[in-house]
Amino acid sequence: MLRYTAKRILLMIPTLIGVAILVFILLRLAPGDIVELKLLAEGGQVSPEALAAERARLGLDKSYWLQFVDWISGLFVGDFGISMWTGRPVIDEIASRLELSLQVAIMATILATAIAVPLGTLAALFKDTWIDHVVRVFAIAGLAVPSFWLGMLFIMGLLLTFNWIPPLTYTPIYKDPLGNLAQLIWPALAVGYRYSAVAARMTRSTVIEVLHEDYIRTARAKGVYERLVVARHAMRNALLPVITVIGLEFAFLIGGLVVTEQVFNLNGIGKLFVQTVTRGDYTMVQALVMLIAAFFIVINLLVDLLYAALDPRIRYK
Amino acid sequence: MLRIATLAVALAAASALATTATAEAPKKGGVLKFAVSAEPPNYDCHGATSFAFIHPVRPHYSTLLKFDAPKYPKIKGDLADSWTVTEDGLTYTFKLRQNVKFHDGSPLTSADVKASYERILNPPQGVVSIRKAAYADITAIETPDAHTVIFKLKAPNAAMLANFASPWDCIYSAAKLKQDPRFPEKNILGTGPFKFVEHAAGSHWVGERFADYYEPGKPYLDGFRAFFITNTAARVNALQAGEVLTEFRGHSPADRDKLTKALGDKVEVLESAWVCSLVVTFNTQKKPFDDARVRRALSFAIDRWKGAEALSKIALVRHVGGLLRPGYELAANEVELAKLPGWGKDIAKARAEAKRLLQEAGVKDLKFKFTNRNIPMPYTPVGIFLINEWRQIGVQVEHEQLETRLYTNALRSGNYEAGLDFNCDFMDEPNLQLIKYISADKSSINFGRYTDRKLDELYEKQARATNAKDRARFIREFEAHALQQAYTFPTIWWHRIIVQWKQLKGWDITPSHYLNQDLADVWLNQ
Repeated sequence: MLRYTAKRILLMIPTLIGVAILVFILLRLAPGDIVELKLLAEGGQVSPEALAAERARLGLDKSYWLQFVDWISGLFVGDFGISMWTGRPVIDEIASRLELSLQVAIMATILATAIAVPLGTLAALFKDTWIDHVVRVFAIAGLAVPSFWLGMLFIMGLLLTFNWIPPLTYTPIYKDPLGNLAQLIWPALAVGYRYSAVAARMTRSTVIEVLHEDYIRTARAKGVYERLVVARHAMRNALLPVITVIGLEFAFLIGGLVVTEQVFNLNGIGKLFVQTVTRGDYTMVQALVMLIAAFFIVINLLVDLLYAALDPRIRYK
Repeated sequence: MLRIATLAVALAAASALATTATAEAPKKGGVLKFAVSAEPPNYDCHGATSFAFIHPVRPHYSTLLKFDAPKYPKIKGDLADSWTVTEDGLTYTFKLRQNVKFHDGSPLTSADVKASYERILNPPQGVVSIRKAAYADITAIETPDAHTVIFKLKAPNAAMLANFASPWDCIYSAAKLKQDPRFPEKNILGTGPFKFVEHAAGSHWVGERFADYYEPGKPYLDGFRAFFITNTAARVNALQAGEVLTEFRGHSPADRDKLTKALGDKVEVLESAWVCSLVVTFNTQKKPFDDARVRRALSFAIDRWKGAEALSKIALVRHVGGLLRPGYELAANEVELAKLPGWGKDIAKARAEAKRLLQEAGVKDLKFKFTNRNIPMPYTPVGIFLINEWRQIGVQVEHEQLETRLYTNALRSGNYEAGLDFNCDFMDEPNLQLIKYISADKSSINFGRYTDRKLDELYEKQARATNAKDRARFIREFEAHALQQAYTFPTIWWHRIIVQWKQLKGWDITPSHYLNQDLADVWLNQ
């Protein structure tokens, strides 16, 4: 197991190098650069010499090869570079937003899991009854309603009912728990609902499938209580694909809450991602892509390890 | 009877005066919360171009002069206590206030003013100076004593005094610039009414009252907090909920109506013409836009008068004007406008002329791609309006809306046929507004890629004119020629709409979203 984990961690290196090459090339395929945007987009009258000087200052006058070597060698010593837009270290820009995004992702995951697993299981156990129908309507509605639209509804509802909107600035939960929750519970609910719908449907399908397995029939034939059949035999097997879905959704939430963050004016990774891509802030986009890629890889690894913990038959070599 | 009437009038007048005095006596205290729809990339005024910079940063700095907002375009002293200009227009002498301190307690002297302007004129390596060209006539900056600064010019420049009121010309500490010319990029040290407290990247900006501000009793506010809210709906929601009291750039008519409907008399609406226009520009190096008749035909096809009326209901554009903002003293009046090609009120006649010009140029079934910016307000509605107008004369146009980086690159690199460009300045000043129209080798914001020495000559003449009458004449000549050639032509001028909560006092709207943002006079009636 330890060897498997070490091997998976080592495999991250070529994967991340592949991601690095890809993002580096793709970014430079689009015309225009950050210098034009920064100095000309608002009508600035800047000479070509001044533009060239600024490009040189940011290292954009170097060949692509040299730019890549500079960046990748920095990565190996933990230096993600300086944002071309703000001039601040990329790591500081990301760190100041990561806490918020992580908290929303964790809250949404907890909400989604707490809703999806019991509801999905209930729907499976009472397949084709009114309970199943209600859960299915809930889940399909969750899939059909985009999170940002639900978020807009929340804000409109709060505004029209209480003449109140969630706070505009982020306060860490350890400093002001109430203020923190007042801001983040709404996006977590908006995102968590869609997330729970995906997970509930998956739970329902897998529980139904597992309940038809031979070992379930055997357990029932042996006279095991139905509650134990479901909890001990069915759920442990049925949850494996659900965990995969939850894991991938969680990783997606770190950088994928682009529109929801705009709607709630959250200063998170998703909003930063969109801003930096539109600005052409190469160093920042590259760092964000690497961060999100690493996050996906780590979450996948954790999911695989969790498989083994849940199902004793699975042993990695 | 007469005595009673006189007494009544006197009482009424006294009462009115008392009411006014009570209503307008500024109160101290409170923190002004406002929204900003973008965020400054760094803190250096000299290299900045965006309102997103001005709104949070300007309250920390002072400039030599500034615009007197309620009396715009009148100028008043900021750091300058008084000033004189010699009759030949070649020497500007400023006497500085005696009691000005930087936020670190060090006194401001003429050396700081000199160092700041020298940084703009001759930026050291690594420093970006956007407005260097505006001061190209300055040959020397002298500081005969600690509170006198003299600017010597090589030629008279009609815009120079107003340039010294530019909100971008922040005065920095000479000592700090000597240590590091790029000090202002990452640090705020000014003499303005508010000290810098915090910038939480992507979130907010905080300033607090500077107790040693040179104007006794000001600023009235304890501080300000600017929230960066990029999403329009989120910004309007924040305003409606009272989380912010205003947003200083401007709202669309729809947002204004939504807010006034929701908040009634809790808010007030301030409106003004705006020194911003969207202009159509042609890549004159691409056929058939190398032919003035084709360009002029496309200008003739636009019904600006009806368009302004209709668009003003949905977009932040309203005013029909020539090259200068309608209402500005040097702008063309309605009679003069009507003589310009494309500004007549008989649209049927204008469109017949447009078709004739296209036929004369031998252009049939004209089709082209119109490059626009993907900013909804007001670029999208104006783009759609133009395309519809051109359809009226049988021209088929594809609307290409690009994100700002790609749009800027397309216009700058000449990778476009026709596009919707903009002209937005901090003040009404022909030197600023007309520079877009002079030859490409003399103007970095001319994307039409043409050379027209007649325009260059007329630009120079108006800039050097020492009396208003001559200047107006040269400007009219410039305008007539530029619009006859129609390399680039204005569509409809912008209209600025500000919705603010009524407890916000002491802020006056001006035709520029770059002006009146030091917040020294702003107070809260709470």
